[in-house]
Amino acid sequence: MPVLDMSETPLREVNTTLQAAAKSLANEAYVIENPRGSHAMAVGLDGPLEVTVKGSTGYYCAGMNKEATVHVEGSAGPGVAENMMSGTVIIDGDASQYAGATGHGGLLVVKGNASSRCGISMKGIDIVVHGNVGHMSAFMAQKGNLVVLGDAGDALGDSLYEARLFVRGSVKSLGADCVEKEMRPEHLAVLKELLAKAGADAKPEEFKRYGSARKLYNFNIDHAGEY
Amino acid sequence: MDKTPHTEPRQSWTFSNEINSEIRRAAATGIYDIRGGGAKRRVPHFDDLLFLGASMSRYPLEGYREKCGTEVVLGTRFAKKPIELKIPVTIAGMSFGALSGNAKEALGRGATMAGTSTTTGDGGMTEEERGHSEKLVYQYLPSRYGMNPDDLRRADAIEVVVGQGAKPGGGGMLLGQKITERVAGMRDLPVGIDQRSACRHPDWTGPDDLEIKILELREITNWEKPIYIKVGGARPYYDTALAVKAGADVVVLDGMQGGTAATQDVFIEHVGQPTLACIRPAVKALQDLGMHRKVQLVVSGGIRTGADVAKALALGADAVSIGTAALIALGDNDPKWEAEYQKLGTTTGAYDDWHEGRDPAGITTQDPELAARLDPIEAGRRLRNYLSVLTLECQTIARACGKSHVHNLEPEDLCALTIEAAAMAGVPLAGTSWIPGQSGF
Repeated sequence: MPVLDMSETPLREVNTTLQAAAKSLANEAYVIENPRGSHAMAVGLDGPLEVTVKGSTGYYCAGMNKEATVHVEGSAGPGVAENMMSGTVIIDGDASQYAGATGHGGLLVVKGNASSRCGISMKGIDIVVHGNVGHMSAFMAQKGNLVVLGDAGDALGDSLYEARLFVRGSVKSLGADCVEKEMRPEHLAVLKELLAKAGADAKPEEFKRYGSARKLYNFNIDHAGEY
Repeated sequence: MDKTPHTEPRQSWTFSNEINSEIRRAAATGIYDIRGGGAKRRVPHFDDLLFLGASMSRYPLEGYREKCGTEVVLGTRFAKKPIELKIPVTIAGMSFGALSGNAKEALGRGATMAGTSTTTGDGGMTEEERGHSEKLVYQYLPSRYGMNPDDLRRADAIEVVVGQGAKPGGGGMLLGQKITERVAGMRDLPVGIDQRSACRHPDWTGPDDLEIKILELREITNWEKPIYIKVGGARPYYDTALAVKAGADVVVLDGMQGGTAATQDVFIEHVGQPTLACIRPAVKALQDLGMHRKVQLVVSGGIRTGADVAKALALGADAVSIGTAALIALGDNDPKWEAEYQKLGTTTGAYDDWHEGRDPAGITTQDPELAARLDPIEAGRRLRNYLSVLTLECQTIARACGKSHVHNLEPEDLCALTIEAAAMAGVPLAGTSWIPGQSGF
């Protein structure tokens, strides 16, 4: 398995190597050693590739990922898997702010906790957080699923659109236009599949579902105080 | 019969008919006025400046014989593939959604014929504009609607939008009337809702992490694309300096006359600085950092004529960008639609309800019947002609000032007609050597 050691390999070379390997469609597997919190690592991958990062990363690890699997054996800085299109990103530790921001597809798994604004403006990505998520998570979330096995902070799902939020623990407060919704069989099925994919030991029946009340979709002066 | 003289009925300047009509509208609806376009109020502008021309101490160039270059290269600082334009006028970012597909195609056609670039807007890149724009700048906006790495790589440059002149500190708005299935699909939103675009980026908050964001964008695009940072005319000295710090190749500076597809009127008219007031502080920031002409400055907001282009360049810009003027060139607010403007309660030149999607000219609409009124080939030709005129006019002035390239224009070629303009532009009041704020007065 090829190894890229970031104590001696510049970021540009690491990304160029990984991007070319992904593009070659060879299903290769790479290991990154000594990531030392580097920013913008393993970004823009476009093809099947497995990348294992032996340590923690800085901002925007696996940004705009397509098809590749990136596994961080540490914690991730802000914006991990931002704008991901497809593929899988797994963080063994915690994730900082904006995890999975604006993601269009794929699966982001955070085995620890995720900080504030997890899933902000998500557009189709699935995010499973084994621990807790911070305040303003799923702010303006448009599509996709956010699954939280622990607790959610303040203003969960503020101004969200059609994203589905599943929380097993407590929710400190719901944001504007976010309400608890009925958990129907189709939701339990989606949740079951996501929990299985994320290797999460939890039962779908233990979760509550939250979504948009759709009262703020078109401006109404009587709702001005909600914003 | 009473022959006592009466004074004429006197209207209040404070409570003018226009103000009173707005008070009545607000009282009837309970909601602020939303409209398109930029600031309509009179502010100090390029009209308040004049070129001095050549004379005893300056040597002019012959108008029809001697060369006056107009080409400009944007993105020379870091990008492997800077954008090379034939003229110093680009087309500003305007979204598909705000504009029809035909309008976007026309902008691409006109700009390409003229040798310049167009820019996407909120909502992503369409095939119409990519296909018809030889050089296309892809906007990276807070909403990230339609954002994807393939389009990033298909772009010729990337413009990180921090703000715009019509609404520095404001987000976007596209009302439900224009959220058709295609627009909604591109934005991952339900059809028919009022779509709000965030005012802040979702994954960075200031110049320090913007620098890292730009690193990410460069890593994804192999360091090929010039990265622009667009700011509204708020604090141009510091905004420009911080954009340079964050790693911009190009700074786009949009004054308050710059247009928007839809924003609150109170925001458009009362937040941000006039374009004229923004240029010199931005240029000074670049000069202080030793980056003038290394990081290019593109100025927008109220550019209408070749004289405006020349004045912006003389004050230190590398290029200008046009939005509203480009739409007018395509056919926006054309008198031939006057009867229809009247039906909408407005008149030619004043139509600004672009957000409602009922544009008689077929430009700011998603209605297929209205959109079909705009022939993209003919409209593109009009835009090409207009861009040619802007360039010829700018060259005419530059030659008169003795310049073999429009970038050789300089503040010393200018004087101001008003004290305000003299202070803002940093050039002497006409007939004096007085630059308010600089000459010890």
